[in-house]
Amino acid sequence: MAVRAQFENSNEIGVFATLTNSYSLVSVGASENFYSVLEAELGDVIPICHTTIGGTRIIGRLTAGNRRGLLVPATTTDQELQHLRNSLPDSVRIQRVEERLSALGNVICCNDYVALVHPDIERETEELISDVLGVEVFRQTIADNVLVGSYCALSNQGGLVHPKTSIQDQDELSSLLQVPLVAGSINRGSPVVGAGMIVNDWLAVAGLDTTAPELSVVESIFKLQDAQQGAIVGSMRDTLIDTYT
Amino acid sequence: MSYQSAFGITAAAISGGAVPLASRNEQEPQQTIATVLCCNCGVPIDGTSGLPMCYDCIKLSVDITEGIQRESSLSFCRNCERFLRPPNQWVSAQLESRELLALCLKRLKGLAKVRLIDASFIWTEPHSRRIKVKLTVQGEAFANTIIQQSFEVEFVVIATQCPDCAKSFTANTWRATVQIRQKVPHKRTFFYLEQLILKHNAHRDTISIQETKDGLDFFYSQKNHAAKMIDFLAAVAPIRTKKSEELISMDTHTSVRSYKFTYSVELVPVCKDDLVCLPKKIARASGNIAQLTLCNRVGNSMHLLDPQTLDTMDLQPTAYWRQPFTTLATTLNLTEFVVLDIEVTNLKKGKMSLADATVARSSDMGRNDSTYYVRTHLGGILHPGDTALGYFLSNVNFNHELWDTLDQSKVPDVVLVKKSYPRKKKNKGRSWRLKRMAKEYNEMEDSGNSMSSKQRQIEQDRVERDYELFLQELEEDPELRSTINMYKQANSQNPGRQILPKASKMEGIEAGDVEMDTGDHKMAGVENMDVDHAKDSDEEGADDGVSDDGSYEGSLPEVGLDELLDEIDELTLEDGDHEE
Repeated sequence: MAVRAQFENSNEIGVFATLTNSYSLVSVGASENFYSVLEAELGDVIPICHTTIGGTRIIGRLTAGNRRGLLVPATTTDQELQHLRNSLPDSVRIQRVEERLSALGNVICCNDYVALVHPDIERETEELISDVLGVEVFRQTIADNVLVGSYCALSNQGGLVHPKTSIQDQDELSSLLQVPLVAGSINRGSPVVGAGMIVNDWLAVAGLDTTAPELSVVESIFKLQDAQQGAIVGSMRDTLIDTYT
Repeated sequence: MSYQSAFGITAAAISGGAVPLASRNEQEPQQTIATVLCCNCGVPIDGTSGLPMCYDCIKLSVDITEGIQRESSLSFCRNCERFLRPPNQWVSAQLESRELLALCLKRLKGLAKVRLIDASFIWTEPHSRRIKVKLTVQGEAFANTIIQQSFEVEFVVIATQCPDCAKSFTANTWRATVQIRQKVPHKRTFFYLEQLILKHNAHRDTISIQETKDGLDFFYSQKNHAAKMIDFLAAVAPIRTKKSEELISMDTHTSVRSYKFTYSVELVPVCKDDLVCLPKKIARASGNIAQLTLCNRVGNSMHLLDPQTLDTMDLQPTAYWRQPFTTLATTLNLTEFVVLDIEVTNLKKGKMSLADATVARSSDMGRNDSTYYVRTHLGGILHPGDTALGYFLSNVNFNHELWDTLDQSKVPDVVLVKKSYPRKKKNKGRSWRLKRMAKEYNEMEDSGNSMSSKQRQIEQDRVERDYELFLQELEEDPELRSTINMYKQANSQNPGRQILPKASKMEGIEAGDVEMDTGDHKMAGVENMDVDHAKDSDEEGADDGVSDDGSYEGSLPEVGLDELLDEIDELTLEDGDHEE
């Protein structure tokens, strides 16, 4: 299932929300529209937690997490940490990370098994990531961008990377991640796919500007449609190539 | 979005080869091409180009010309055919000229945001009052994406009247006027002045010229144009000027005032060949010259000559106006004499040589034997049997203060002025002609005192006679000729002189000037017209008497061909005249 949504007139919903297979974080906003979209999709499956991190609303960029855990930056207050602790399931480990690159959402891109991180991240943080999230950690860049979290959207089914990522890089990354990857854009041509959408194994939410072809790429790579998996990469593309050449 | 626009993407961010349709399956090992789907239409494109969508989608969705006007207007003055260049400049530009293109492009707003590559006119029917310009511009659509686009802009030509034309159509728009007056009963000075003005092109800035009683009015749009004219006049004629100004309007806030300036220019009323009686003081101050002198020449000062002694003096206009005097006798009072005998003395001064002559009046010939023994300066050119014009003082009664103070015993009986030449009847063709200035006739003054058609006719005859006298004077005086421009008579099949005031057509009408309607002409002094006319016919009778005789034909002065100018530039105008 892939839906479009907007957070207070902003299409960069990955900035304001975090989505994993066991919980979801949503920033506190003036309007509950965005929350309602998520609640309609996830309400009875996983907890959705309203929170701020360090008093800011850009929680999607400041936190990184998966089914097993959640990493929050050092700026997170004790109160917020306590709130998160109370809201999230007990199985989820929450860990504050003393990391210079405090926008953890931008520097970490992970699913439940693997994580790509910023090449300059500290050794201790790397260890924390593998401990808390239970993942293998790889220092990588995506299309020569060090902010792997911004330019990659990843689930256990697949991943969407920056449109400029070369085929060789995609191959290398997908062999590390053990999931298929595709280059693509979100929000009508925006290359910041990590910030433009949130995704877990059964739901993807993209910005409202996302076009139908972009959304169909998202649905196919994250395997959100049961019947027509890979339609866009397979038969449909062949048709298009026939038409345009 | 874009209506008639044609698009083309010229440049884009390039890294690696540009093979947009290579799919992942068919790639060569060394190729590093990513394939993404166009976000708009889903067609696979080269992701490494950094373009968010395919070329076609960019063309369809982006319009860099959005902020540029597609319609605009140009102000155009129909009269002077100039376009307005805002804010207030009017420039003449041909259709489809580069000046007009520059003007059009300047009118377009929003053109600064894009880069102009090309601009050209699309032909439109001139009467449609539409000007179409095709523009090609480049602009940045996204980062590193430059789009080239061409489009048309239509300009509506709005016919307006420029302030200059509006001014020219309004009466009384002059700012300064020069009123030239000479209080003499003839117009010869003005005929000469007209030739001088024409030669030096001194009337270039004049917006109109009006003939009035005793003179001419020159009108100017700017004060300094009038001042220039005054300077010119001061250089060629003995004048005195008086400046006066009239307040037209005043802005009390800024103290800006506008004035009309009037220069009153008065010419010394002494002309060439006039007999003057100098005040004693002036005569004493000028080398003790005799009081009774002839005016020999008038430049920017008066040259006076005592024919008895060949003494000359130069009288500056300033000195004249300090102690003005009138002439005793003018050329109208000249009498014709026949030289019976002449004895040249050896006193010479320039061309003049003093001589003692025995003369008799032409009218006395065959009636009585009265002869007069005179001393004259014309010794070099007079021979026995010649005729000469002179003032006959023994039987005149001048009503003149200074004349009364003269010792009458020392006053000569006759003062010879110039040699006279026998002439054929008037319609003898001349091989040369003069240009004329077109003058407007002052209607306002005419409506004040309406003349009967007979009076007008007389008036016109007078002007014609004055002009003929002026032409004769030119023929007789090479020095005078050298100061003005004379032209070859264009057509030989028209033997009549080109001074045709009756045909209501003046020669050499300056382009754009208003034609003078000589039928309405109004000239000086109506009151003594009959007397003058009678005298004129007398003189003509005398002329006829001599020319019938025919023995002096050879001595008529000729105007050399080398003195005449061609008027090639005038030909078109001439043709137009003859067609009528």
